[in-house]
Amino acid sequence: MLEITTTHYLILSAILFTIGIAGIVSRRNMITVLMSIELMLNSVNLNFIAFSYQLSDLGGQIFSIFTIAVAAGEAAVGLGILVAMFRLQQSVELDRSTELSG
Amino acid sequence: MEAVAAWGPAILFYLFAAVAVAAALAVVTLRNPMYGAIALLTCFLSVAALFFLRHAEFLGVVQIFVYGGGIMVLFLFVIMLVNLHRLHESRLFAPHGAMALVLALVLVALLVLIVYPLGFPQPDPAPASFVAVDGTLAGNSQAVAWQLYRGYLLPFEIVSVFLLVAMIGAVVLGRRD
Repeated sequence: MLEITTTHYLILSAILFTIGIAGIVSRRNMITVLMSIELMLNSVNLNFIAFSYQLSDLGGQIFSIFTIAVAAGEAAVGLGILVAMFRLQQSVELDRSTELSG
Repeated sequence: MEAVAAWGPAILFYLFAAVAVAAALAVVTLRNPMYGAIALLTCFLSVAALFFLRHAEFLGVVQIFVYGGGIMVLFLFVIMLVNLHRLHESRLFAPHGAMALVLALVLVALLVLIVYPLGFPQPDPAPASFVAVDGTLAGNSQAVAWQLYRGYLLPFEIVSVFLLVAMIGAVVLGRRD
């Protein structure tokens, strides 16, 4: 209880990851879905940091920098898609964009 | 004083973990995306604090800069750009929202069942490898930079190309034609 181990971090990361997944599959608002994806990437970073500390290896921290860079690019492109979608159909609700489902 | 040194990290961990989980739940459940974005910011800052607790000081600051600064401004800007007043009348969750909740509970139970019995040994409280460059004490930022530019130079350059591609893609997608 007193000592914070890697297991604590892994369980917290699992909880945050699952909340992100629940947000992605259950929400209709695309902005919230994108935010849930950021939440999941963040929980993955938490895992990397926990194992980096556990193994005394900086590689985890380096990889987290790459994950953050990819998350930034993903947010930019995702929000660009969102703006384009809003311009097209005046809505950001995901179940309204059914143009591709034959 | 000794009690603070012994209990401090545990109390801080539980505090920031609770704030992070509560903020994450708020992101998923709040109706107004603006409040959701603020909750997401709270979650990012708590996770940054958890990074600090694991001797990843440079990464904690990067987290605050990139997530709390860059990505959050992007989200808030788009939320303001997209007129959301019609969203308030519609349903919040997709029709299969209840199934998603069950799925999430099963998934978290599974993950905890896998992770909990592993039982990691208590790591070194002040790992020298996070702050040392060639045997001399330098600090976390310098150690990360040393590792990044010597061992991971090619991935670093690839990420810069990736960011350029993402930027061009975002500009093309957001263009008015």
